[in-house]
Amino acid sequence: MLKVENLSVRYGAVAAVRDLSLSVGQGELVALLGPNGAGKSSTINALTGLVAPSAGRIVLDGQDISRVRTEDRIRAGLTSTPEGRHIFANLTVGENLRLGAATRRDPKGVRQDMERFLALFPVLSERYAQAAGTLSGGEQQMLAIARSLMSRPKLLLLDEPSLGLAPKIVVRIFDFIGQLKAEGLTLLVVEQNARQALRFADRVYVMSSGALRFDGPPSGLADEHGLLNLYIGG
Amino acid sequence: MDYALQQVLNALAFGAEYSLVALGLAVVFSIMGLVNFAHGEIIGVSAYSVFLAAALGLTSPIVAVLLAIAAAALAAIAFERVAFRPVRYAPTTTGLLTAFGVSIVVQNLFMLLISPKPQSVSILNGLNQMWFFGPFAVSSLQVMELIVSGLTILALVLFLNRSTLGLAIRAASRDFATVRLMGIRANRVIATAFAISGALAGIAAVFIMARRGSVSPDLGFSLVLKAFVACVIGGFGSLPGAAVGGMLLGFIEVGLLVALPQEYGGFKDALTYAIIVALLVYRPEGLLGQRVELGDKEI
Repeated sequence: MLKVENLSVRYGAVAAVRDLSLSVGQGELVALLGPNGAGKSSTINALTGLVAPSAGRIVLDGQDISRVRTEDRIRAGLTSTPEGRHIFANLTVGENLRLGAATRRDPKGVRQDMERFLALFPVLSERYAQAAGTLSGGEQQMLAIARSLMSRPKLLLLDEPSLGLAPKIVVRIFDFIGQLKAEGLTLLVVEQNARQALRFADRVYVMSSGALRFDGPPSGLADEHGLLNLYIGG
Repeated sequence: MDYALQQVLNALAFGAEYSLVALGLAVVFSIMGLVNFAHGEIIGVSAYSVFLAAALGLTSPIVAVLLAIAAAALAAIAFERVAFRPVRYAPTTTGLLTAFGVSIVVQNLFMLLISPKPQSVSILNGLNQMWFFGPFAVSSLQVMELIVSGLTILALVLFLNRSTLGLAIRAASRDFATVRLMGIRANRVIATAFAISGALAGIAAVFIMARRGSVSPDLGFSLVLKAFVACVIGGFGSLPGAAVGGMLLGFIEVGLLVALPQEYGGFKDALTYAIIVALLVYRPEGLLGQRVELGDKEI
């Protein structure tokens, strides 16, 4: 579904991502792990087009989208839930979900999806008309993911869904991510929290200092001596 | 009583006009961080369009009003497309200087192509009459300014709260990158904000022409300065702040005009700004503004 070839991202003289190649197949959950500053978020931002890569190709469903604008990549079915959630704090929960569906032209389907997510996350339903900024961190993360799903993406990029959340909440978020995979959604999950990310991952990439260090099944990661500890710290 | 009522109406009418223009500045600033000092020239383009149409034989005031609003909205969109889009991601000073440049170029075009002198426009004079309510005589223009501004602000609030594009504009005022992640086209959001800003300026232009009966190249300049002050009072970038700031400025000005003895009338502006400075000492972010948090990680 997604193929990234020799991607590089530079900020001035600093190379954030160097010669990165990865792929995500239909229905797969792929984890991209690595410590802080490894270039994970830069990779995601290059995939969504918020950052222009200095080299490389990004292919979605056989189409080269490297030069396509962010808005049109989203319309092509690639959606991202950004790091730090970035919910619209000054808008209500309902308005956040509506904006998630901004590209859709089937009001009936949008209403059904809305009802589905509100049933799935009762807290969002309770706070439907409340400013989203008043939600707790975990609730905001659920809203951010639900908002991304409102566009009915083919591929969802999740950037650090566990960031700043209590361990219990993180488990719940990943339970939901596992459920999305079971429903057939294709996901690329960027994480520092390796344990959670590996629960449902089909394949794993590990990055550090902007380059790929490991590529294989989760079991292979455990076999590599000390790799988990070295790059991820457990 | 009659006098007091008249002055309150004066303050409301001035305040309403400042609010309209201030809202136009704020809606663009809130999403782009651009202080559009060429906003006065949008008012200018609107006024000169009516002047030219009248010179070519237009006689219907209703058509003139519609033309004024449409011309202003189109001028705002054109300014964005030609001048501001190329510097959209440049530092804010670049945008500010670009706006000054647009302002100077357009003002000089008015001078070169039409005339540096004020030109008479009488097509909208009919809006400015005296209405009598029992013992009270009020200016029809002031009543209309108040009602039209109120309705316009109501329409704007409905648009920003109900339509998807309106929601996107409110969201973009905090986090433009994430709005794009919703698949909403940045160009469309910005063009809409400029069109709204222009339409508000066009409504203001109608009132200015009806009051003055003439157009001149610097028509909108002083009004935009006042609107800028109104935005600062209310908190720059806050839409409710712009409306409240404009109204407050109207009341401060008219209040001082009434309170000051005639021989000190010249101190009106100095005192107005002294009051505003005092206000900003206590609330540097403006009445309804929010402190900008720095240091968050940008995506």
